[in-house]
Amino acid sequence: MPQRLLCAASDLSDTTAKIFEIDGVEIGVIRHKDQVVAYRNICPHQGGPVCEGLKMPKVCVEFDEEKRPLRQTFDGAELHFVCPWHGWEFRIETGEAVGDPKIRLSRYKVTERDEQIYVEV
Amino acid sequence: MTLTPNFGSDTDPAIQEFNTTTLLKNAKKQALDRNYKDFFICDVDSHHYETEALPEILQYMDDPVMRHLGLSAGNVGRAGLIPQAIGSQDMAGRVTRYAGRNKEIVPETPHRDITLTRRWMDAMGVDMACLFPTPMLLLATHPQPEVEVTMARAYNRWLCERILEEDKRIVSMVYLPMNEPHEAEKMIDEFAERKGVVGFLSTGYLKRPVHDNVNMRIFAKLEEHGKPLGFHAAYHWADSSLSQLNKFISVHALGFSFCNIIHMTNWVLNGMPERFPKLKTLWIESGLAWVPFLMQRLDNEYMMRTSDAPLLKKKPSDYMREMFYSTQPMELVDNREALEVTFKMMNAESQLLYSSDYPHWDMDLPSTIYDLPFLDEQAKRNILGGNAQKLFNLDPVMSEWKLDARQAAAV
Repeated sequence: MPQRLLCAASDLSDTTAKIFEIDGVEIGVIRHKDQVVAYRNICPHQGGPVCEGLKMPKVCVEFDEEKRPLRQTFDGAELHFVCPWHGWEFRIETGEAVGDPKIRLSRYKVTERDEQIYVEV
Repeated sequence: MTLTPNFGSDTDPAIQEFNTTTLLKNAKKQALDRNYKDFFICDVDSHHYETEALPEILQYMDDPVMRHLGLSAGNVGRAGLIPQAIGSQDMAGRVTRYAGRNKEIVPETPHRDITLTRRWMDAMGVDMACLFPTPMLLLATHPQPEVEVTMARAYNRWLCERILEEDKRIVSMVYLPMNEPHEAEKMIDEFAERKGVVGFLSTGYLKRPVHDNVNMRIFAKLEEHGKPLGFHAAYHWADSSLSQLNKFISVHALGFSFCNIIHMTNWVLNGMPERFPKLKTLWIESGLAWVPFLMQRLDNEYMMRTSDAPLLKKKPSDYMREMFYSTQPMELVDNREALEVTFKMMNAESQLLYSSDYPHWDMDLPSTIYDLPFLDEQAKRNILGGNAQKLFNLDPVMSEWKLDARQAAAV
């Protein structure tokens, strides 16, 4: 697979994805857990620009010893892309839909070398 | 105590410089990829946020005291006239168009609501849209019936004059205050022949059942005018049977369907299709899965107790099959066969009408219909626009970009 230069490593943010267009295909790239991940900017649900959505943590529930909910919390260790069209959520680390891991974002292999970011397309 | 970061803050680039066309650029790509330029697409259920234009709407209100209430007290006045819905459609900021919508910049003319509507229509490939209000869908729950009537009349007048008169691609089924039947009759007389009025809308929560005797003159009048009656479902979290549900998606999933199921059951079993055979009804916004469920459930009961519904000349499902339905939201089904059976049971090819519900959180694109593998091209054309054209007796108006694309292809 040919590698294409995307940008300088310093151009990437770890809060919002940067969107690149390669041969008519939009790719969202974001720094996540000291890696760089890249996904096609198309939600498998209805085609929304999923990488342009908010980066939000997983929502969890804390229980007491009798399994009564105490509160909801954010789990900062698991971050999701939230599609801006319908709110479908995908694990940024894997591209899996949170509601059904059989559904996933199209992922591209990313290489970081010499302070540049390359993607295989 | 550590404060939670504001993940959905207005400073996030995702919702800065919000523009509908940009948000929906992938929808436009779908429209081009699927060659919608050759399809007439009519959306029978879309919305605007009419409360943003409340000061304009109130200028059309007959009651000066009520108008003063609305104009003088800002949000307090608004709350006094239009009930507020509980429930987070924007999912705590995750659906970013809710946060961005009121910041969208539009030119001075045409009316802001026309520009915003055209933007999403052109992106999705929709040629004509039936536009409905949003907070006013709960107007029927207002405890003061005179507020419902006065507000509805002002809104209908404003809608006709400021929106429908100005853009022939936008039509509406205007608000019918069913809780005050004599006022509903006057409303039909005032609006039935206005430009762009293709029918009348009953919202979900009614103080009397649809078959109540006081409603008969309403149905007769609609039948005389040849205007369909739409039932736009709504949820109301205070409904005693829904109030045990503790999640927004719980009450949304059940509340909408429950609303249509109750009105449909009363409509069919009380023989309304036999009493008003020329009155067409459209059942809006509850997905589709409730239709085959109710068909089976009512047929089963009817066969055991036919004498309970003496006006019926055929099974409940036969009447239901002759009615019209909107699509949205198309249920996501793991079992595609279930969806195909649903389409067959409701005669979708002639009775189903595409709807987007845009800009609401669960909106559907035309591709939800176009991409279904079990529909042939004629069925797709019917559902996406042809059935609406027949039901509403529409003179189709194609979007400018489609006409341009057709012309370019012909050269």
